[in-house]
Amino acid sequence: MKPRFARRLLPLATGVGVIALWYAVHFGLGEERRFLLPSPTDVVRAFGEKGPTLWSAALSTATGALAGFAAAVALSFVLAMFLSLSTLVRASFYPYLMILQMTPIIVIAPILILWVGPGLKSVMIITFLICFFPMVVNTTQGLISTDRNLVDFFRMCKATRLQEIFLLRVPAAMPYFFTGMRIAATLAPIGAIVGDFYAGNSAGGQGGLGFLTIIFSSQFQMGALFATAAVSCLLGFVFVGGVLLLSWLALHKWHDSFSRTDT
Amino acid sequence: MTPIVEFKDVRKRYGDGPVILDGIGFAAQRGDFITLIGPSGCGKSTILRLISGLSPLSGGQIVIDRAATSGGGEERAFVFQEPTLLPWLTAGRNVEVPMRLRGVNPALRDEMARRSLALVGLADRAGYYPMQLSGGQKMRVSIARALSVSPRILLLDEPFGALDEMTRDHLNEELLAIRQQQAWTAFFVTHSVSEAVFLSNRVFVLSSNPGRLHREVRIGLPYPRTEDTRLSAEYQRLVAEVSRVLRSVERLHA
Repeated sequence: MKPRFARRLLPLATGVGVIALWYAVHFGLGEERRFLLPSPTDVVRAFGEKGPTLWSAALSTATGALAGFAAAVALSFVLAMFLSLSTLVRASFYPYLMILQMTPIIVIAPILILWVGPGLKSVMIITFLICFFPMVVNTTQGLISTDRNLVDFFRMCKATRLQEIFLLRVPAAMPYFFTGMRIAATLAPIGAIVGDFYAGNSAGGQGGLGFLTIIFSSQFQMGALFATAAVSCLLGFVFVGGVLLLSWLALHKWHDSFSRTDT
Repeated sequence: MTPIVEFKDVRKRYGDGPVILDGIGFAAQRGDFITLIGPSGCGKSTILRLISGLSPLSGGQIVIDRAATSGGGEERAFVFQEPTLLPWLTAGRNVEVPMRLRGVNPALRDEMARRSLALVGLADRAGYYPMQLSGGQKMRVSIARALSVSPRILLLDEPFGALDEMTRDHLNEELLAIRQQQAWTAFFVTHSVSEAVFLSNRVFVLSSNPGRLHREVRIGLPYPRTEDTRLSAEYQRLVAEVSRVLRSVERLHA
């Protein structure tokens, strides 16, 4: 009874504490430096004033993030299937995948803008690039980590290669696939915002959250900046929440990580 | 009577590794329950893999019902040390897997799976996922899966090794009870002398480095065997004898 009560109350108390501290710092900063940290009230007011702008920017970023994410999931699966064929195939492709992953997006973004022009297309590609690697690595790992005994069992039953892949290796890889998807889901909104920051459409005015950040910061609109940060954060939660829901739907019946006897 | 499985001077090594099995020769008759026992690394499990066709020979010949192993021949089913169930399928669907792999139609599959699960006393667990079953129940499903294809030869590689003694004794009795209803020839690998004596009519004691057939002990106890069999003096005597042979083999390599 007592611990449960405490478990509900403590996060709430922490939240109240943080807000109180926030107000305290805001008022403690003194008149001329107060603008550096807008009060929670200022942030809420900014939400009211910039609501429609924030909403359309969030929608634009969400579109870019979702498209890039979905493309990464689909294409990474195809590539992972190919990579799972043999160690030789992996040895010949992994180094180049690593190069792609190791090159910072900040460096790739300007190149991309020159290639495909600024706007949603660039944002999608940047999100794709950032999500692709963890998806490929995890899914490939899953496809090649099939329990040796299960493979023996399938061979013993004279399963064909295709049966082995689709009835055994692919379902066995699902937990890994969803792990990759969870990582990619945290990266997708960040990728889209970073992409938008560099490649957002400045001319058409239909920018996303990254572009909005540039505008608000150039105008010293601190409340609006904080509001943008909050929306970005919320977008991240929506993505991760969506993937968690998907993975729960796919795995909860059979995977140990959802076992009810778990301690 | 033609033997169902015959080993002729069989030799096995993996690649350039040490010789695992050397000069193995025996003839198993239809209905035999043969247990292979011996020190770890004596190649007991390898013999099962050879019979199953999972692994090729390095020398000699294995004849299964008058055909060489590679040609398929008699229906064989394998029960592994682990239950090796697909965790994303229910118990019933797991039992269906071997039939599904060979394209048996769903209605027949379902019917056979039900019958097989009933045989191991799990008719009411068809809809459960492996995660929801106990260790003993998972092993039962694994056995039901092997039996679902009506095998003529059943290969069991320490299937009860990971279970507690009570469950193991119980499953031993169940296995023999199932055997009363179905005619299969069994090859059973174990480390437990009492299990070997209880189940089989022939116990092969192997020595290691390389694995050789050291001695065969015939178990004359009449079937059906039950709980009471374990109390009989003859059973106790045979357990003592197999233990003695096993100890002498182990001393050989100590």
